[in-house]
Amino acid sequence: MSTPMDRVLFGDNQFFGVNHMSEEKARAQAMRFQDLPAILEVLDIAYRAGIRTFMCTTHERIADVCDHFRANAEKYPDYLFYPCMPYAHKYANAVTEYGAVEALRRLLPQDGVVGAMFKGGMALASKDVEALLQLLVDAEMKMFHGLRTPVIFLQNVVTDLILGLGANVCFRMFADHVRSRYGAEPGFITMNVPRLLDVLDAQGVDNPIVCANINKIGFRMCGGRAAYEQVIATRRFRPVAMSVLASGAIQPREALEYVAGQPRIESIVFGASSAGNIRQTKGIIDELYSA
Amino acid sequence: MIRVAIVGLGKMGLSHLAILRMHPQLQVVGACDTAGYLMDVLAKYTDTPCFADFDRMLDAARPEALLVATPSRSHAGLVEKALERGIHVFCEKPFVLDIKDGERLAALAERKGCVTQVGYHYRFVGAFQEAARVVRSGALGQVHHVRAEAYGPVVLRPKGGTWRSARTEGGGALYDYACHAIDLVNFVAGAPVSTSGVVRHSIFSADVDDEIYCTFHYANGGSGQLCVNWSDESFRKMSTRISIWGTNGRVTADRQECQVYLREGREESRESGKGWTVRYTTDLTDNVWYYLRGEEYSAQIDYWVKSIREKRIDGESSFRSALETDRFVAMITGEAPQPAASPDHAGRVRKRGLLSRLAGRS
Repeated sequence: MSTPMDRVLFGDNQFFGVNHMSEEKARAQAMRFQDLPAILEVLDIAYRAGIRTFMCTTHERIADVCDHFRANAEKYPDYLFYPCMPYAHKYANAVTEYGAVEALRRLLPQDGVVGAMFKGGMALASKDVEALLQLLVDAEMKMFHGLRTPVIFLQNVVTDLILGLGANVCFRMFADHVRSRYGAEPGFITMNVPRLLDVLDAQGVDNPIVCANINKIGFRMCGGRAAYEQVIATRRFRPVAMSVLASGAIQPREALEYVAGQPRIESIVFGASSAGNIRQTKGIIDELYSA
Repeated sequence: MIRVAIVGLGKMGLSHLAILRMHPQLQVVGACDTAGYLMDVLAKYTDTPCFADFDRMLDAARPEALLVATPSRSHAGLVEKALERGIHVFCEKPFVLDIKDGERLAALAERKGCVTQVGYHYRFVGAFQEAARVVRSGALGQVHHVRAEAYGPVVLRPKGGTWRSARTEGGGALYDYACHAIDLVNFVAGAPVSTSGVVRHSIFSADVDDEIYCTFHYANGGSGQLCVNWSDESFRKMSTRISIWGTNGRVTADRQECQVYLREGREESRESGKGWTVRYTTDLTDNVWYYLRGEEYSAQIDYWVKSIREKRIDGESSFRSALETDRFVAMITGEAPQPAASPDHAGRVRKRGLLSRLAGRS
């Protein structure tokens, strides 16, 4: 078994105006967190509450967060980042503006590293998806240099697109690269757990870390809550539960009791903006799992 | 299993291909795009049969159903070829750029008994469905005003080289953004009969509109406003909202929530609650069998498949329905004639309507 993950991971949706229930609330959060100190303050509150893993998208603003943690390493001696890549809107907007191939060309590393450019050009020309995928992962990982990233996640929009297109070998390529280049465990965020597990099995990605919506009301659990409960109970994988509160549709204690009642859920990721909510959620999880 | 093919593998096309492949009642027998690079990669890494030529794909793959996700200009020609072979069609929005094409194709589809649908996915978003339900329930009383808005960050500087920036290809915020808002108006509040006060501006684009505003008018004197701007970076992604005012209250919906305010509860409808009722996407959304970017993208394909199986040719967002949206667009561009009633006239009708309501109604 690989190194266990922490029981509680801190998410970042709240920092970037993502809220699945209210656009107004999302906008209010985007306003509140438009400056870095507001984000760092919340991360500090979470850290003091005992949450030392930040599961974050590779949004360009995370680079500033990384700078802060590099510059203050002594203050956070055990801090971990779980990067989730890519920040999809960056790619989607580039594809809309430039078309797919030109967007790739622009997003590949262009900072004077002759090798990377050469490799990028070659990979594009030869349609070598593995080399391209490695370059894109490396480009996203740049902001985390010098920080500890023991798990690296593929965002659900990419995971589920690869799954849907049947380009299954890409999962294997991602897992191999993340392990060999970063010494990290690959993680997969998905909205389609049962299907993804079959494909990862077939690709030989053993005991994968899979992060998905797991909540009492079955919100965005494709195949239904019962199917999820069954795979959690019977399949070999390391589940990370997200959206456990279903964007606030479920009360925290009720929501967390449901998740804690499922066997073998290794971690719970949640995002919150207030000290009260952070401490309350962390406290309930600690209490439920110490029982 | 229904044999399905897809033509056009841009951003929407790839997403559609993934959804089609995952559908338990569909077998993807062909995918076609003129971008050789992409087709080579797909052929190399997936099991999807790839074609560079559309006619060859129809001949060789013999699909029973076709999804068209090419640039808008090419929709009419591709759809026509498919319908002539009796193939059911799902076409990305906007349906066509010339309403004469749309009328011909809708008639052809009906003659051939083909199931048609256009990709207005907002019709499959729970919060918008809820808004439509509330309006149809009569809970708002007499509807007198509608506002549809769509904002987002697509064109943020003066450049861009894809078909979306070319007027002749059906690019621009009118076809890309406004169509969705217009279709939502038709879906939730019904199709208006005329437009006035049209403003179409470029903010950054050289060749197309980046913002569109207009007033629209209903036969019964009701009015509406359309506000669309795809050069607004303050929105993280496309954000669409519709509000409907009636004599008994208001409903406002976006992708996440549906807010209803009623002056009086109505016994005859489910909306018995006076004051605010807010329902959220977490409550209004049904799970789909496969999720990619939002339930609505999968739900609309599942609906199309059901229509094919049930031979439902007048389902949600059919060619006939999408033609109403194209007509609205054509009124904005001036390509479709406005009915005899001028905006002033419509205004007078509205005033009379309001007065008579105040004077005579219960």
